[in-house]
Amino acid sequence: MTVLVVGLNHKTADVEVRESIAFDSEKIRKGLTGLRSLQGVREAIILSTCNRVELYLHAESDANMVERIKKYISEFHGIPVEVLEGALYAHGGVDGVRHLFRVASSLDSMVVGEPQILGQLKASYDIGLKEQSSGIILNKLMKKAISVAKRVRTETKIAENAVSIGYAAVELAKKIFGDLGDKVFMLLGAGEMAELAARHLTGSGVKEVIVANRTYERGLALAVEFSGKAIEFDTFKKELEHSDIVICSTGARSYVLDFAEMEKIMKTRRQRPVFIIDISVPRNIDPKINDLDNVYLYDIDDLQGVVDANLNERLKESLKAEEIIDQEIDVFFDWMQSLDAVPTIVALRRAAEGIKNEELAKLYHKLGGLDEKDKQVIEQAMNSMINKMLHQPTTALKGNDEEKDVLIYAVRKLYGLNGK
Amino acid sequence: MILTFELALTSYFIATILAVLDLIKGSKATSRGMTVFAIAGFIIHTVNIILRLLISGHMPTASLHEAASFFTWSIVLVFFIIEYRYEVGLMGSFVLPVVFILMLSSSVLPRQIRPLPVILQNSWLWFHTILAFVGEAALTVACGAGIMYLIQERHVKSKKLDGLFHRLPSLMVLDDINYRLITIGFPLLTLAIITGALWSEAIWGTYWRWDPKEVWSLITWLFYAIVLHARLTAGWHGRRTAILSVAGFIAILFTFFGVNLLLKSFHGFV
Repeated sequence: MTVLVVGLNHKTADVEVRESIAFDSEKIRKGLTGLRSLQGVREAIILSTCNRVELYLHAESDANMVERIKKYISEFHGIPVEVLEGALYAHGGVDGVRHLFRVASSLDSMVVGEPQILGQLKASYDIGLKEQSSGIILNKLMKKAISVAKRVRTETKIAENAVSIGYAAVELAKKIFGDLGDKVFMLLGAGEMAELAARHLTGSGVKEVIVANRTYERGLALAVEFSGKAIEFDTFKKELEHSDIVICSTGARSYVLDFAEMEKIMKTRRQRPVFIIDISVPRNIDPKINDLDNVYLYDIDDLQGVVDANLNERLKESLKAEEIIDQEIDVFFDWMQSLDAVPTIVALRRAAEGIKNEELAKLYHKLGGLDEKDKQVIEQAMNSMINKMLHQPTTALKGNDEEKDVLIYAVRKLYGLNGK
Repeated sequence: MILTFELALTSYFIATILAVLDLIKGSKATSRGMTVFAIAGFIIHTVNIILRLLISGHMPTASLHEAASFFTWSIVLVFFIIEYRYEVGLMGSFVLPVVFILMLSSSVLPRQIRPLPVILQNSWLWFHTILAFVGEAALTVACGAGIMYLIQERHVKSKKLDGLFHRLPSLMVLDDINYRLITIGFPLLTLAIITGALWSEAIWGTYWRWDPKEVWSLITWLFYAIVLHARLTAGWHGRRTAILSVAGFIAILFTFFGVNLLLKSFHGFV
């Protein structure tokens, strides 16, 4: 028996293939039932997100297992095996466990350190629990994966620092202003990227939103969406006197704001800091205004530079995360090994011997004055009792029962053999 | 008494080492250790000052050793208040080295308690020195916040958001701390100069004698007066205020040590 992972992700399959074998929650339920009816599959969990589809299994480690699973996937979705062949990967044993831990810790994600994957994994595990397709091994494995992910998150900086333009803008705004709750945000012009960044900023709770767009109606629509107010484009310089954060993307061919104008505005603002993000190409704001005190101007390349640096930082942190994962793999396999029959039988016998010796000592003390022969007789009686009591459990543990690991697990639990 | 001074000095030393480590490679352990040792140092230091007070019978700011020690104590006090009020990271890394250096200079100055001339023994000693040192302590911590501001501002302006960027507080908070401390330090300094003048009048019959100490105090005072004036009228703040508060601190140091060690001043310490 082994832990087995079969699946594909954004690195091995393009979006069309990923879509074609995606499981929605209904399909997951059906799939789980189907998987468990396959010969040699004991437990199963299905994870399906837009970037990966993976089956986690506890199954026989026979040579054809992987092929059977691949065939099952292809038949379930009605996709020829050949289409999937290049995309599907399979990891068994230590590699399988490592793969899951890396997925849970977001090391295998498209954006390393992104937080959603853990939630998605938990949801998949929940379905597995409800459908009772997850048993002792996968339960332990999933719980471990979740705790590994949390450890990675707290002990490394893998999830720190913004890795998208929008978040980078918010992060910078917070480092300039601290609290954004009393700040006025102006969106100058519209455009997909500008709107996205604006959404991040308004989402982080600015006090007021102003939208200035060349087409007033379009600006008004955006203002409604951000529950702010729309103004005529020509009046934006006046509004700049009390706006603290500006995102600019007007599509103008030349600068809409130059150095002298900004200098004057700063005087009227009484030098209160202003953070301007110019994401238009070509740039709409004279880059020289960054030289003014208390003016912080970032263009799209600057922000991209911040994002790239942060991503690099995350990759460095991921090395630390791999170390944590290595440690946790060892812990998991120690536990797996404890589920073998032989150590369990040994532990069970040892527990019984312990009790016997304790009781014998008490008994000898109580009776007093026993000679060696008496003692031997008593001990033999006890030994024989232990042997008879343990005979049946031992045979069952040694046997080839389908549910052997359940038995081992139960024995360990019932007799408290897990130490501590 | 000597033991308490050495213990306080040692605690500040360890706190400073941890503060520097915290700056280089921040971790919970270093910053927590720094706080523990700073608090321990402060408590022992307080005991030392009280002992000196009990033995000498006057405010222990009469000798240069005592004055430097009390100045250091005031800085740590202000630092704790700011830490408590703002909960910003890394402040200790910028303040504690100054604390340690001042305490160290106090330690090498003659420590014996000498009798204080009778004419100086009055409550002016209390008012004047406490106002002066607590005021200057506030301005010292303001300088620390100013340096932090300048570093953080450099990060944001140069668009290289590495190193300390993520760990330093926001520009707004640092500017706020800087300004708040100047608005506290400046009035105290003003009152210290006024009480000094009154004291001088009580002893020598004249308010102002253009003594180097008086002149340099006035220069320092003017510095901060300009900072506040520029802020209130032209809205100067941020980088310029930060630079001025660093320069102001240098003026304070000179007024305190330079005047006594390099120039001849009747504003002696015994």
